[in-house]
Amino acid sequence: CCQRHPGSVDQFQEELVIRPLHSGDIYASFQFRTLWDTDFLQERQKVSHYRLFPKSLGQVLSKFSVRELHISFTQGFWRTMQWGQPFIPSPPGAELWVWFHDTVSDVDGNWKELTNVLSGIFCASLNFIDLTNTVQPSASFKPLGLGNATDHRFLRYATLPREIVCTENLTPWKKLLPCGSKAGLSVLLKSEKLFHSSFHSQAVHIRPVCQDEQCTSKAWELRQTLNVVFDLYTSGQGKKEWSLFKMFSRTLTEACPLATSSKVYVDITDNPEGELFELSPATPLLSQAVVLGDRRTYSVFDLTRAEMFGQLRSLNLLLRWKGDSGDMLRPLLHAERYVAGFGLQTGEIHTVIYNNHPYRAFPVLLMDSVPWYLQLYIHTLTVTSKSRDNKPSYIHYQPAKDRHRPHLLEMLIQLPPHSMTEVTVQFERALLKWTEYTPDPNHGFYVGSSVVSALVPSMVAMNTNFTQDQPLFSSFVPVKEESSYFVRVYTEPLLVNLPTPDFSMPYNVICLTCTVVAVGYGSFYNLLTRTFQVDEPSLPLAKRLANLIRRIRGVPLLA
Amino acid sequence: TLGPHLLLWTCPRGRYAALAIAAVVIVVGIPLWWKTTETYRAWLPFSEISELDSLQLQLSVDIEVVFSRGTLTPEQQKKFPLSHVNEKEHQVDVSIPELLTSPSTEADLSLHMLSESSCGSVVVYVIPETAALLPEDVKVYVGQRRTALLRSPPFKSSWSLKEVLSNLDVEVEQVVSTMSFSHQDIVAALSDRVRMAKVTKESMADSMRAIKSSPGYEITFSLLNPDPRSHSLHWDIEGAVQSCIQPLLNKLAPIANFSVDSQILYYAVLGVNPRFDNSVSAYTLSADSLSHVINPVEARLGSNAASSNPVLNFLLYVPDSHHSPLFIRDHSKREVPSNAFHSPRWGGIMVYNVNEMYGPEAERPVDININMAKVMGVFLAQLRLMLGVQHTHPPTGFVLQSPGSAGLADWELDRLLWSRSVENIATASTTITSLAQLLDQIGNIVINDNIAQQVSSAVTSLQSAVAELEAGNLAFALQYSREAILASERAFFDPSLLHLLYFPDDQKFAIYIPLFLPMCVPIVLSLLKIVSEAKKRRADKQAKSD
Repeated sequence: CCQRHPGSVDQFQEELVIRPLHSGDIYASFQFRTLWDTDFLQERQKVSHYRLFPKSLGQVLSKFSVRELHISFTQGFWRTMQWGQPFIPSPPGAELWVWFHDTVSDVDGNWKELTNVLSGIFCASLNFIDLTNTVQPSASFKPLGLGNATDHRFLRYATLPREIVCTENLTPWKKLLPCGSKAGLSVLLKSEKLFHSSFHSQAVHIRPVCQDEQCTSKAWELRQTLNVVFDLYTSGQGKKEWSLFKMFSRTLTEACPLATSSKVYVDITDNPEGELFELSPATPLLSQAVVLGDRRTYSVFDLTRAEMFGQLRSLNLLLRWKGDSGDMLRPLLHAERYVAGFGLQTGEIHTVIYNNHPYRAFPVLLMDSVPWYLQLYIHTLTVTSKSRDNKPSYIHYQPAKDRHRPHLLEMLIQLPPHSMTEVTVQFERALLKWTEYTPDPNHGFYVGSSVVSALVPSMVAMNTNFTQDQPLFSSFVPVKEESSYFVRVYTEPLLVNLPTPDFSMPYNVICLTCTVVAVGYGSFYNLLTRTFQVDEPSLPLAKRLANLIRRIRGVPLLA
Repeated sequence: TLGPHLLLWTCPRGRYAALAIAAVVIVVGIPLWWKTTETYRAWLPFSEISELDSLQLQLSVDIEVVFSRGTLTPEQQKKFPLSHVNEKEHQVDVSIPELLTSPSTEADLSLHMLSESSCGSVVVYVIPETAALLPEDVKVYVGQRRTALLRSPPFKSSWSLKEVLSNLDVEVEQVVSTMSFSHQDIVAALSDRVRMAKVTKESMADSMRAIKSSPGYEITFSLLNPDPRSHSLHWDIEGAVQSCIQPLLNKLAPIANFSVDSQILYYAVLGVNPRFDNSVSAYTLSADSLSHVINPVEARLGSNAASSNPVLNFLLYVPDSHHSPLFIRDHSKREVPSNAFHSPRWGGIMVYNVNEMYGPEAERPVDININMAKVMGVFLAQLRLMLGVQHTHPPTGFVLQSPGSAGLADWELDRLLWSRSVENIATASTTITSLAQLLDQIGNIVINDNIAQQVSSAVTSLQSAVAELEAGNLAFALQYSREAILASERAFFDPSLLHLLYFPDDQKFAIYIPLFLPMCVPIVLSLLKIVSEAKKRRADKQAKSD
């Protein structure tokens, strides 16, 4: 590990958590944290000398007066019922939410420019974020860092559910790491393996945090997270056996020399006596952490210690399943969504939220952002739990304006214990102008995920005191009280068909109208310019023949 | 009896109806169609733009010649004030004549050695031939400000002041071409506009090395540490920038806005493998391979996300312990003393060897503090080159005072301002001219009012810049020329120009033909028929009268 220079005020930590899932899949979660004891905004002095913090992001933060920035790119859908809760959830596609500093006067202008710059940095189509898909949630997205910002005028939230995430997004993300992909845990980030998985999500979270426990001064925290779920059971020819090499096609040989801590955690909670699987090399180092309302036990591999790597100078964790895994604890909160109805005129959005807690009721915040071309009939909004009407205690609804802003619906709903709550709202599909259709419009139009945020009652006491030594994965969301923990659940995005015209139609219409007009005009013209006279009918053929004969004979002709 | 087809035109009503329809189509239909399908094109000052194209530039420098006591006789002093204009014509290109005037105005005889002189002007103090102020062989001494000391050639006391001055002309001219601008500088600044016929190789290289004129620059210092496991490098970039770079940038503030930042990149390697040279037991990079060094590094540098100004990169590369020491060799296989090189309009790279700072048994990583004075000296020299502070080659007998702590003498700044103003004017007028040409040629382009406004403001700024250059107000000229560049670029790159540009003609006709063809054919045919009948009737009449 590198020695910290007295003058340097930034530090870097890296961490990998591996959790064997009950479905036989493997969940690997990387977190890289850069802490920098500086303040971009308060001191009003230009910060321009970067060491571990990436310069490109730092410049963006100070130029656009960003207070907090969260961006995620996700490929695939997190299956909460099979996999449990992820450490940091994210919706399919791209999601971006930003709190601006309250000195910003033109928030929309800053937001527009910021999305363009970020789209350049992350090589993603974030430049398609505009006012038609941006909302300002009033309650669902509170700042995760320091400060109690309540004025949601400075918050912008947008999702791009159709965004495809691939290598070109991973490369710039890796470039933000101090060690790049050259040393430490990041050598495992090989795109050909990471994208050959059931779920892939990479994110960047920037927020101000306290420097120390007394919180006398601010520091900036950059967290880069990457979550991936490998479907090893099906790809491993039925053998339930995995290793670092099998997952990432690399093994670990060293920690990043710039990192103050570099650790690999393997979740062995369900395997206290080694009856489920066998982990090698074995480590005596165990750690306990309270994560998402549950006390978990982890084997810890500290990469900063040279003896970890053994004689081969490489660490390849190996896990061999022995028996079938038991039943998973059902996640307490779960939500799903679908579109009902038939035809291309109207439809109905159903959002179903499950509270699996056996005896506790708790409130959840549901946020829905629906594009303007689905015209919601808000009077048809119904919320039912246990086949009874459930009246939300808070509703914030902002209707859409055609081509200007989307619908925003936020509700605080009390979920009865062990229940299923269904929220339905009807909508009508709008007719778009022919230039407004996306390429391949018959594929359908995406509607971003609903967001369910809740403080879920915890089974065990949560850890509320702030200490530096907590593992990164358990310290992302600040815990305010012991009895509950914060969870955000994203539903599936919707794919809705809109009435789609035949796109050669405009030309056909032009041709047809022109022909009709031309025919009408032609007859009109003829009527105006030509004069018609009654002509004497010419004699029938028989008479003409008769006249011919009569002329030869010299007899008077027939009339 | 006649058939109906022959009856048609015998009836005058039909003929009148056909004529009336044709008249309605021509009088109402065509203007209506024209008006509704017209693209909006705001008025542009085309004539003024074409005037700009010829680019008549007249630069004038205020020169104050001050005679110190003892250089003039009392009779000569009596005839004051006197001014004479020395015109000099520089033919830059056959099509673009350029006029250069330098009215040397002499006014004051007082010896206020440090009188405040305005930006762009030159003060020449003439001192007696025998004065001990300058060493024996020095003819002219150029100071840090806008002043020069000139040892007077021997005057005859019988000469009038005019004769004295004309005797001084050659020296004064040399001083001016050193301190403000020479023919070569102007030609180099105009290199985009004129063919490089009479430019020396050196000023050409100077102008190509210097980064193009722009309203702002980003200067980025990057420390490349390919081996963080053995070297833990510390550089006090903040202090070094404050003490070395900032004075120069403050001085250059009238030219552009500068912003400075720095970063440390780990595991960043050069693109070529240095060769090991047994004779010196060191790794070497030959001059030919330097061109391959930059590209792989550049991918790591990252572009500046927050602005679109050009970036100047300065890289400090500390070779890893297995490839140390590393030396750069020039074309004649000699080691470059600064161990640095630069790439025109991009920036500079310096190799900093640290292998002698620790022994083989040192505990890794080794803490190393980088000697910033050494590094910044190299980068400062490179920065001056990039910014176009040119090497001056004074004539023999000239002595130039070193620029001092700011790194730039006032007259050097003036030189830069002169060439920048000329370059800006040339660039802006090129942009505006080509925009006007483009708009003139392609009728499909919509010209909105805001574009017309930008174009006319660019034209006005250009005209004022030219006028200020003529009047010798360098500071104003530069400011106007910057405004002209900004306005012209904004107009040129406005996205609204592209809206209808790609509406092809075949599609247009595909839409028009189904309506227009069936409507026009009967009208045209009946008109033809009317004409031919009228001809026939006239012929008949003539035949009858004959």
